Amino acid sequence: MRKFNPAPLFFALLSIIAFYYSDMSLLFVTNEVIIRIIRDSLLVFALIIPVTAGMGLNFSIIIGAMAAQAGWIFMLDLQVPGIRGIAGAALSGIFISFICGYIIGSYLNRVKGREMIATIIIGILGAGIYQFIFLVGYGTFIPAHNSELLLSRGAGIRDMVDLAPYRNIIDRLWLVDISGIQLPLFMFSIVAAAALAVKLILLTPAGQRFRAAGSDRVAAELSGINTDRTRIQAMIISTVLACLGQIIFLQNIGMVNVYTAHMNSDIFSCAALLAGGATIKEAKIRHALLGIVLFHSLYIVTPQAGQNIFSNAVLGEYFRSFIAYGSIAIALIINIRHEREKQGRLQ
Amino acid sequence: MIKKYLPPLPQVIIIVFIIILLGLAIKIDIPASSLINDLFIRLILNCVLVISLIPMVNSGAGLNFGLPIGAVAGLLGMVITAQFGGKGLTGFLLSIAVSIPFAAASGTVYGHMLNRVKGREEIAATFTGFSIVSIMCLFWVVAPFTHPQMIWVLGGSGLRNTIGLRGFWEKSLYNLMQFKAGDIIIPAGSLLFIGIIIISLYFFSRTRTGMMMNAAGENESFARINGVNIEKIRKLSVIMSTVLASAGTCIYAQQYGFIELYSAPLMAAFPAISALLLGGSSGKRVFLRHAILGVILYQSLYLLSLPVANILLVPEMAEIIRMIVTSFIILYALAKKSEERGDV
Repeated sequence: MRKFNPAPLFFALLSIIAFYYSDMSLLFVTNEVIIRIIRDSLLVFALIIPVTAGMGLNFSIIIGAMAAQAGWIFMLDLQVPGIRGIAGAALSGIFISFICGYIIGSYLNRVKGREMIATIIIGILGAGIYQFIFLVGYGTFIPAHNSELLLSRGAGIRDMVDLAPYRNIIDRLWLVDISGIQLPLFMFSIVAAAALAVKLILLTPAGQRFRAAGSDRVAAELSGINTDRTRIQAMIISTVLACLGQIIFLQNIGMVNVYTAHMNSDIFSCAALLAGGATIKEAKIRHALLGIVLFHSLYIVTPQAGQNIFSNAVLGEYFRSFIAYGSIAIALIINIRHEREKQGRLQ
Repeated sequence: MIKKYLPPLPQVIIIVFIIILLGLAIKIDIPASSLINDLFIRLILNCVLVISLIPMVNSGAGLNFGLPIGAVAGLLGMVITAQFGGKGLTGFLLSIAVSIPFAAASGTVYGHMLNRVKGREEIAATFTGFSIVSIMCLFWVVAPFTHPQMIWVLGGSGLRNTIGLRGFWEKSLYNLMQFKAGDIIIPAGSLLFIGIIIISLYFFSRTRTGMMMNAAGENESFARINGVNIEKIRKLSVIMSTVLASAGTCIYAQQYGFIELYSAPLMAAFPAISALLLGGSSGKRVFLRHAILGVILYQSLYLLSLPVANILLVPEMAEIIRMIVTSFIILYALAKKSEERGDV
């Protein structure tokens, strides 16, 4: 029996109310949502496989995001221009996130049952190491090739670096304008390809292994599946996807806030996935896509709605971060309770 | 068997690290007295926040990742007291008194929630804490506070990000009964105040309720057979932890000289938890000495890394080291705990 999940309805309702009070044009909001679909989809897709493998929401996708930033900085440092730079950033990011994914997966095998809290702390640890490398290491023990990136004190990268050499190279490819709605078909096809890839992975034997490890680890072990390896694979795929997602995200924005761009990417991605109707045990591509549309429509209109209702834009901003944290908290509490009830019935 | 008496790995690493930093500090001629003075200050800042974790750990409710809930109650108590013109030491004590009902009320709800997510408290508590902090951000903007030192100058409403306590009760506890021994400033009043909290917690653990609480944490089914109402006792421990966290926040702000609102308490749980774990509690029970040793180790690490970071011309370095150390210790403890429970 499927239980009705009220989350999408709730978010739709909230978005409509906030949209009504925001006085924004539908065209503007639509275009913004399209941009957000391109920017955020891959980061949200990255969450699906760990959920399927029974590891819950993977908050350590921010490690993948930081790997992407490292990739961009690496290319800027070597001053590789154009499409080659984009490819280089993606490749070096994938390399880093593959290794990180392996390490995270191996660690998570030692903390089964508390993966989510572990991934949050891993995110903090990763952010610390990342800051150490780029704020302390760059220019001191890591040689700097591009002095434009360097802070004037000679150590560390500037807070914000420009991605001007890579701006609009792939964003505006195959751009179609339908009565004011701008559809960048090339970027859409990337998102679609990623969605398809995740879907295909879940249909292959590997996908069945993920599902088996997620639903009952002991039974999966008995039927000859190496669940530990399966879980490591899930983390590698998740981290690499998150890295690609952040590459697209930053490329689209056109600059890197070196020390803040990755922040909240985990929270907002998780909240978007849950808004689309996913749970901590089950997540699908359609949940991700619906969730991005719903969560980001709300995200776009709340500051203006806050401005119009309470004449205070900052209120809308606080409101949306409350919605993000709150929806994750509620999903967690409901899910854990369900699980306990199920366990109680089994006993 | 020898292995049993060795201190845990993070403790060893941190102590070695502290010794290296201490050597560096001596080499660059930082006077020992100023280091000791700063250590006293950092001890006062953080001690009660770390101690606040103890009741929940001992009752089996786990590490309190929802510490921001108590912190927010403390902030609320302080702004209300400041609004009504609380000043000096009375103002400070009043701010704790005002925050206690808020902490007790939110602790009751929070404890009820934690009982429903037994076994997975950490993650549920983390996000409950995050949610409370973010909804309170809305409150700080719209709440009808009017004191000119607390609200934004422009617009005339909404509380500021940081409220200076000068003119209210900045360092009122720190200055109480403070005396000098040579170059070393001994904040006797603060130490006495924290000492009273510690001693009353110690005596509480000797009462019937306190013993029931420890029993619930040590062996739940055994305690249940002996007639302990586990849910009720766990809820009580959550309330105690939340109230202590709110008092700890008041002490922190008093010493620091600023009330930090909005997203400031968001990450408050992690350093406190890390310090407690560093104290080296083995098994399920945590003793007060673990908390105190943990705070001293954790804070001396931070304290000693500051001057070294400044020499390297990268002042952010101290904070970065703290971030790495904090998360490393928690990750180590999580893995160790799972190993002990035989989950792997």
